[in-house]
Amino acid sequence: MKIAVCVKQIPDPAAPYDLDPETSFVVRPDDQVLDDTDRYGVEVGLRLVEEVGEDATLTLVSMSPSGSLQGIRQALAMGADRAIIIDDDALRGADALTTARVLAAALEEDGFDLVIAGTESTDGYAGVMPQQLAGLLNVPSLSFARKVEKDGEKIRIERQTEAGYNVVEAPLPAVLTVTSGVVEPRYPNFKGIMQAKKKPVETKTCADLGVEPVVQQVIKAVQPVPARQAGEVVEDEGEGYLKIIEKLEEAKVI
Amino acid sequence: MATWVFCEEQGGAPSASSLELLTKARSWGEPAVFYVGGGSDDAFATLGAHGAASVHQLDVGDALPAPLAAAAMAELVGPDDVVLFGMGSTERDVAGRLSAVLGAPVLSNAIDLDTSGDQVTVSNEILGGTTRVVTAATAGPALVVARPKAFPAEPGDGRTPEVTAVASPDVGHAGSAVVLESHVEESEGPDLEAAAIVIGGGRGMGGVDEKWEPVTKLAGLLGGAVGATRAVVDAGWVPYSLQVGQTGKTVKPDVYIACGVSGAMQHLVGMKDSGMIIAINKDPEAPIFSVADLGIVGDVHKVMPALIAALEAR
Repeated sequence: MKIAVCVKQIPDPAAPYDLDPETSFVVRPDDQVLDDTDRYGVEVGLRLVEEVGEDATLTLVSMSPSGSLQGIRQALAMGADRAIIIDDDALRGADALTTARVLAAALEEDGFDLVIAGTESTDGYAGVMPQQLAGLLNVPSLSFARKVEKDGEKIRIERQTEAGYNVVEAPLPAVLTVTSGVVEPRYPNFKGIMQAKKKPVETKTCADLGVEPVVQQVIKAVQPVPARQAGEVVEDEGEGYLKIIEKLEEAKVI
Repeated sequence: MATWVFCEEQGGAPSASSLELLTKARSWGEPAVFYVGGGSDDAFATLGAHGAASVHQLDVGDALPAPLAAAAMAELVGPDDVVLFGMGSTERDVAGRLSAVLGAPVLSNAIDLDTSGDQVTVSNEILGGTTRVVTAATAGPALVVARPKAFPAEPGDGRTPEVTAVASPDVGHAGSAVVLESHVEESEGPDLEAAAIVIGGGRGMGGVDEKWEPVTKLAGLLGGAVGATRAVVDAGWVPYSLQVGQTGKTVKPDVYIACGVSGAMQHLVGMKDSGMIIAINKDPEAPIFSVADLGIVGDVHKVMPALIAALEAR
């Protein structure tokens, strides 16, 4: 069984980042981290590999400048076997559909039984790329999974919905998207971190994959949003609740 | 240019997002609805009341709808059209699939939309709602995914939409995901998205049962709804249907009381437009205080019981 996990390297969400005033693209710092939501996809993939046994492999696929592989190494240290990186200057500022086209081309070339992705990235959070990918690969998708089980040649999930959840099943090959909280991701151990340095990382360009990026959306304006003003902040010394009551009276809700 | 609104039937009725989007879309045109579900006269009348001129209905049975809905929509949507989607699981699934089928981009997280110019433009907020970006689609059709409550739903003059059944297309293997069971996770009290008061609990509540109880108790006393942060939902303390934030619900109550909530961007974007924000958190540096009208720096398990006792005594 060939499992691929789509991962994204993002600027550290804890560090402030800026937009390039000319292009309005996020200024990507040299050091990028693995998007936290992708750790769940990697963990789900690793558990399936462990369940299936020796014939199963886990490949990471990422569209990313190859100069910074810190995030990819994190996922390799968790236990992924190898990584395919698509790095091309023409992909700077690529939209979700372009990203999906690039990943689909890499996945079709490499082969897959199951493609796993997070439901949305922490920095872009559009949440449509995995479905675009499933559409381009022409396979079923099991989306928004909060629980994943393999049942023979099928994958069965609990799919998060607005009202609760559904139990959904599909045969392979398929795309699976997982929510944070589906499993507890493992932390890389020392052995994993050392091995990750030697694991194969292939780098490809758009030309290698026969993909020509097209720009289909452009940024017209970037404006600051007036910030909400902070109000009074008081230290609770046993009387804090009275302040809340005052405020609730002011709002006429009590 | 025709305008389409995608609607998933939820609990026998049109999705809340579809009514919001129809209200917006009727301001410039005669929107058509692509409806996924069994349908009923009541459901279609509700869509008509919100501005739908026509309804194209697809019943997918037990199939997970996205590949089938996208294939059927691709036959109906023209290159100059605008297609509006909400942010729900199926809505985003269909938007992504349709994008792949048509080779058209998705403009996501829209909080505003302008169709008056040559290009459709949408506004969205990034970097935790501190920056607004206006994006235009340079290739059509324009597929737009809008945030919940970006546009308020209001019934209009009302009309009876023309309903056409759409045949379910054969998409082969891509259409083979089936729904085996559907579960509703009920929550008590008023609807989170419509409640005038929301009590939002964060990881600072410390756990379930008696640790979480002050949140539900306060909500009960104030006639409010319970909301939660992603961390709390991911920890399994409460169901996803209570999640407020980027990947959950957007709430705009008169009063939002954030209890043990640090104020991660992911959460703030779902509640920062509340009328009044009150925050209780033991960390004086917590970002939630920067948006709160009143911030109490203290232990939720001391402040909340005192507040609850005082409210009970009234």
